[in-house]
Amino acid sequence: MANNHKSEAYVSFQNVQKTYDGEILVVKDLNLDAERGEFLTMLGPSGSGKTTVLLMLAGFETATHGEIILDGTSINNVPPHKRHIGMVFQNYALFPHLTVNENLAFPLQVRKIPKSEIEERVANALDMVQLGEFGSRRPMQLSGGQQQRIAVARALVFEPKIVLMDEPLGALDKQLREQMQYEIKELHEKLEVTIVYVTHDQSEALTMSNRIAVFDDGVIQQLAAPNVLYEEPENAFVAQFIGENNTLSGQVSSIDKDTCTVKVGDGESLQALPIKIDGVGSNTMISLRPERVVVNPESGTYPNEVSAEIKELIYLGDHIRSRMNVCGHDDFIVKIPNSANHAQLKPGNSVKVGWMAEDARALDALETT
Amino acid sequence: MIKTPEKIELFTADGVPLKLSLARVQRRSKMVAFLMVSPLLLFMVFAFLVPIADMLLLSVDNSIVERILPKTVKSIKYWDPHDDKLPDEAVFAAMVEDIKKAKKAREHTKIGTRLNYESSGFASLFRKAGRKVKKINEPPYKKALIKSDKRWGDIQTWRVIKQFSSGYTGGYYLAAFDLKRDFADGSVSSLPEEDSIYLKLFLRTILLSTTITFLTLIIGFPLSYMLAKVPTRISNILIIFVLLPFWTSLLVRTTSWIALLQQEGVINDFLILVGIINEDGRLAMIHNATGTVVAMTHILLPFMILPLFSVMKTIPKSYVRAAISLGAHPWIAFWKIYFPNTAPGIGAGSILVFILAIGYYITPALVGGSSGTFISNRIAYHMSSSLNWGLGSAIGVILLLFVVLLFLLYDKIVGINNMKLG
Repeated sequence: MANNHKSEAYVSFQNVQKTYDGEILVVKDLNLDAERGEFLTMLGPSGSGKTTVLLMLAGFETATHGEIILDGTSINNVPPHKRHIGMVFQNYALFPHLTVNENLAFPLQVRKIPKSEIEERVANALDMVQLGEFGSRRPMQLSGGQQQRIAVARALVFEPKIVLMDEPLGALDKQLREQMQYEIKELHEKLEVTIVYVTHDQSEALTMSNRIAVFDDGVIQQLAAPNVLYEEPENAFVAQFIGENNTLSGQVSSIDKDTCTVKVGDGESLQALPIKIDGVGSNTMISLRPERVVVNPESGTYPNEVSAEIKELIYLGDHIRSRMNVCGHDDFIVKIPNSANHAQLKPGNSVKVGWMAEDARALDALETT
Repeated sequence: MIKTPEKIELFTADGVPLKLSLARVQRRSKMVAFLMVSPLLLFMVFAFLVPIADMLLLSVDNSIVERILPKTVKSIKYWDPHDDKLPDEAVFAAMVEDIKKAKKAREHTKIGTRLNYESSGFASLFRKAGRKVKKINEPPYKKALIKSDKRWGDIQTWRVIKQFSSGYTGGYYLAAFDLKRDFADGSVSSLPEEDSIYLKLFLRTILLSTTITFLTLIIGFPLSYMLAKVPTRISNILIIFVLLPFWTSLLVRTTSWIALLQQEGVINDFLILVGIINEDGRLAMIHNATGTVVAMTHILLPFMILPLFSVMKTIPKSYVRAAISLGAHPWIAFWKIYFPNTAPGIGAGSILVFILAIGYYITPALVGGSSGTFISNRIAYHMSSSLNWGLGSAIGVILLLFVVLLFLLYDKIVGINNMKLG
């Protein structure tokens, strides 16, 4: 099944808009494609429109404008029960009056599949989530993690075209959540099923997805693979939302071919990669990951070298997290690897910090920060 | 409970057994809890448990015969009622003496009334005897008493007295089931069709209560469904409208139905106005079973809506959504997934409405006429008009047992723990 990964879109949103009250657009001109077999995550803060997009795909909300295409045909006018889309809900939505077996058989029964085949498929689905012996129990007799697995099995048992998951791990504790992340990822790889996943938890998104669409304010801010999203954020929102991030705001003073010079608050000029700036004189925000900053570098190795004052040190075992005052920003975080030469650091000390121009990305200035 | 092979007694650090120590700690909180409920407990004992126990006793109590006719009861013991012979002289003598004493205490009519419940004629028999016994002063008492009223010479009279000479009787219960005991051989048989009223009344009460329960469910279910669906802000306002009738007197609500339903009432006038019926065809909708059903369905509707609503409110929206996304038509999703989950509400609402309906009194009395009254109206009649408290109590006990039976049945089928009353 190697040619399963075709490059053409399997699920496609084309110019989709959605409003509930006719005044505010919850989803603004959405264009989003997912390939067959892809694990696509929609990540964003609450109210960003990601769940609305999922509900439109499932058919529980209608798009105000635009077209949604699944497997080559428009599904705008297809009622939800005819879309063949499996869905996993945050509260599992297992039917409490039915046993686990009956829950799994439900989508097959409504499709009028012969009884013997139903039994076989239900048994297979239960084995798939390693709960083969729990078929005769009621959902309430299972733990949260087991219920979650049953919900996943139920969404897969009728071999849907696509599986939607709406924050399915939100109700589980941290350890179980991480375990379930791997299990769902494994199932995805084994079954080569297309999954559209909604979450507000960035580590969950980074762990599981092929691609992540970062939503904010009804707009996809960036759609990229997890590593790209982390290392090459295209705007300030993505840089701040994904992972930890230092921001230094300033004004662009000159632009070269590959680098630009930014004059930050206290008059220091810094070299950065121009990603999303409006030109010389515009406001910008330099985004810099804490682990890319080097403390006390040999002078001359880094194009950016400024002095910093240590405000706070937190010992975290494998690294030391240090809050410093850099260029007038006293929330500048540096992750210092736990190696032999860090011992002299103390709060109040002045040190030098440096970083590469490629690691500093000049992005749009967010008004709120 | 964890089973341990050997039971080891545990001690606190001071050497006090752990269980004792725990009991000491808990004693105080138990005392406080008990004190908090004690006013209610006292109230319940005196206003609820004692009257019920009293009613249970009253329904089998027959001590009046032994109290008023003590000598007769003692001497009649030795008489065999199947012997086709009148009791001997001693019994007659005892009876004359008892009636004399009762006459003095003005109680001879009471015993007449009591025995009249079992066999008509006794009231007049004892009233007459009260007048005549003062002339009977010497033996043979038998002859003299029969001379005063020849009914004393009827063996049937003495069989009734013998039958009801013991301190307890099942007679009220037989009467409540339209049964009577043959005084000659003690066999039990049904009353003739035209004399039996209680079985019919019981049956009608159950039938009409079932109809009312069914109607409240039919009307209440869609309403509760809508209440559970709309936003809480709106449903809170609408719930007030559901509860609004409780702020109005029951009497007002019932009599307003009279104004609506009577022959010269609003609905009949309207139907004539639009030409559906003519002046001669005015519908009889009140003072019959229809009136009882309409008025009680209205009055008991909140008791169906509230448990239904509280159950429906807890059913997550995602259940139906999940069912639809799994391929079920919205109707199937409703019927197979949503509806079964409302069962605890349906059960609670139905049992609540049914139990309230079966014992309802005011509304059937006001709008029921002769074909729409309930068994409770009959109890009230015996309690306040005929003063046959024994029979009234017996009917009450039967009603109580029926409700308890219903509850047990419900517990067995649905489970009382599944019931949600809101």
